[in-house]
Amino acid sequence: MALLQVRDLSVRFVRKQEPTVSAVDGVSFDVQAGRTVGLVGESGCGKSVTSLAIMGLLPGRGTEVSGSVRLDGDELLRLPRRELDRRRGRDMSMVFQDPLTSLNPVVPIGVQISEVMERHRGMSRRVARGEAAKLLERVGIPDPGRRLKEYSHQLSGGMRQRALIAMALACEPRVLVADEPTTALDVTIQAQILNLLRELVAETGTALIMITHDLGVVAGTCDEVNVLYAGRIVESAERHELFAGPRHPYTAGLMASVPRLDTPRGNRLAPISGSVEDNIPWEDGCAFSPRCSRALPRCSERTPEIEPIEAGRWLRCHNPIEEHARNTERPHD
Amino acid sequence: MTETTGEPNSGSAVPDGAGAQEPADRPLVELRDLRVHFPIKRGVLLDRTVGWVYAVDGVSLRIDRGSTYGLVGESGCGKSTLGKTVLRLEKPSSGSIVLDGTDMSRVSGEPLRRMRRRMQMVFQDTLSSLDPRQSVESLLVEGLRAHGMDEGRGRTERRLRELLSAVGLPASALRRYPHEFSGGQRQRVGIARALAVEPELVVADEPVSALDVSVQAQVLNVLRDLQDEYGLTYLVIAHDLAVVRHVADRVGVMYLGGLVEEADSDELYERPLHPYTRALLSAVPVPDPEVEDSRERILLSGDLPSPADPPAGCPFQTRCPWRQPGVCDVERPEPRELGEGHRVACHYAESIRDGALPGGSAGTVE
Repeated sequence: MALLQVRDLSVRFVRKQEPTVSAVDGVSFDVQAGRTVGLVGESGCGKSVTSLAIMGLLPGRGTEVSGSVRLDGDELLRLPRRELDRRRGRDMSMVFQDPLTSLNPVVPIGVQISEVMERHRGMSRRVARGEAAKLLERVGIPDPGRRLKEYSHQLSGGMRQRALIAMALACEPRVLVADEPTTALDVTIQAQILNLLRELVAETGTALIMITHDLGVVAGTCDEVNVLYAGRIVESAERHELFAGPRHPYTAGLMASVPRLDTPRGNRLAPISGSVEDNIPWEDGCAFSPRCSRALPRCSERTPEIEPIEAGRWLRCHNPIEEHARNTERPHD
Repeated sequence: MTETTGEPNSGSAVPDGAGAQEPADRPLVELRDLRVHFPIKRGVLLDRTVGWVYAVDGVSLRIDRGSTYGLVGESGCGKSTLGKTVLRLEKPSSGSIVLDGTDMSRVSGEPLRRMRRRMQMVFQDTLSSLDPRQSVESLLVEGLRAHGMDEGRGRTERRLRELLSAVGLPASALRRYPHEFSGGQRQRVGIARALAVEPELVVADEPVSALDVSVQAQVLNVLRDLQDEYGLTYLVIAHDLAVVRHVADRVGVMYLGGLVEEADSDELYERPLHPYTRALLSAVPVPDPEVEDSRERILLSGDLPSPADPPAGCPFQTRCPWRQPGVCDVERPEPRELGEGHRVACHYAESIRDGALPGGSAGTVE
């Protein structure tokens, strides 16, 4: 059985006098220990809400979460608050996109890291402080003894993200959720951080959920990839399979619309037409169909279901890109 | 799509006044040893200057008419300051900015205001660079009025429709306000506003980095079409090397206020010579697992040094895997020409290229 099992996870935001927003709609995936699973999509696709729901970090009021999230068989969604507090930070932890707002500006870095260990691992302050220094060294922060006493504003962006990762790792979590961990960083720093995450997964066997909009980051870090569109998974595949031949027109469209360093220059990009505002509700058909180059009449009449098409590969599409044609297929301009 | 009204100057590159007989090979923009230093002030009463931030420190470059110059670099390298200084939104500390034969660093007041029509800017954040209380029509007309280009209702209206259709927005957009648009559409409004006064030079600072990838491509295509149609000259500033490679004819790589390498786009991306360019290129994630699994990365250690306290010698020496003590930490390398139009500021560019210099491998991982 998978370490983390997400089944039919849905999140709805209910507002008075406003239509209910379905942010995440029936998302299911597994994460095995030592593996990295990617959630990919553009802003508003529900990838971050999915991660917050898994971590139990969504506000209670106005939010309806349904489905199931099991860690080692234990249901997390219906865990009492105290039990959730005990496990969060210890069994599972999270790295956010913006380290400046995720760190407490008035508490030294060292205190913030050792706090986690005092709380969850019952260490004394002194022992925890020593461990914190080791952690900072582990994530590649030079001169950890000095850095422990510093505040977040004294660190550079890359170092803050490392400190945040150190904090997330303090209890050797079994599941680590990283929400756009390198989006705010420069490429040379991004390369350092991604390298660090890859090493950690390989060495500690932590399961990593990687949330990103960057297909390059996915290609370099994830084992399995789930592509989200308007709150639902539209395609899910092993990384090599997915990049060798995307079957969903949205996945293919994403890949064709980014300029790449390894393809001939000067080609016109093939963007996906329109924007997410053109979506239709999933209840009426395929949300992507108004933007889709392969849309058929039935795409706006019947909701496509997610179906297995081969081992480890799932697809939600009425008119997928054919397997043999997939290398030449390009969405329209 | 665009109305062909036969009007003489619909989006042309004809400069006003100055004369139409300038030499054809003269670049539109030429920067010579441009420096922009910001004082660091301390103290309440005395307001002493305690140091300087060397945001741009001796940059020379040329931008040819009708071409796109891409400026890449990481945050804090001075690329945005450089862009603003080209438009004279910042005052240069020394050096010159020559726009079509006029040294902009010496122009001020009314002549500067008139020059501003010829150069416009497209910003990264459309939500904060478009006034939320102005309709698109009012946003577009404002520039026309300021430069006396508002020539009666009929013609102005025709001009606005033409602008919107050029950036791919419906004419109904004129009555709408910025918040009614999606990010991609807003950026189109921003581009239309820049083009309204028929500029020759457009400085685009991170024009697509706030947009979703599927929309990025739309905006990049619009920029390219407009260039083809109106013969615009672009200075595109971006941190995304793939985007810059896609749009630029010539590329300059900035590090800590200086240009460390400059070449034509194909040349730069195929044969990067400066260690920093090589590291940058090796760090960009490529959406292809086969490439990602097999490529060699040059991992740089540490962060960008502070531009208020740049290291002695080569600005990159604190992070360079090929650093040679006694040379790199003593002498600042001047840009040298290695091959046609390929300038590099590195003492050991040739040896690194030929693999004759030990090092580098220390920071390289598979």
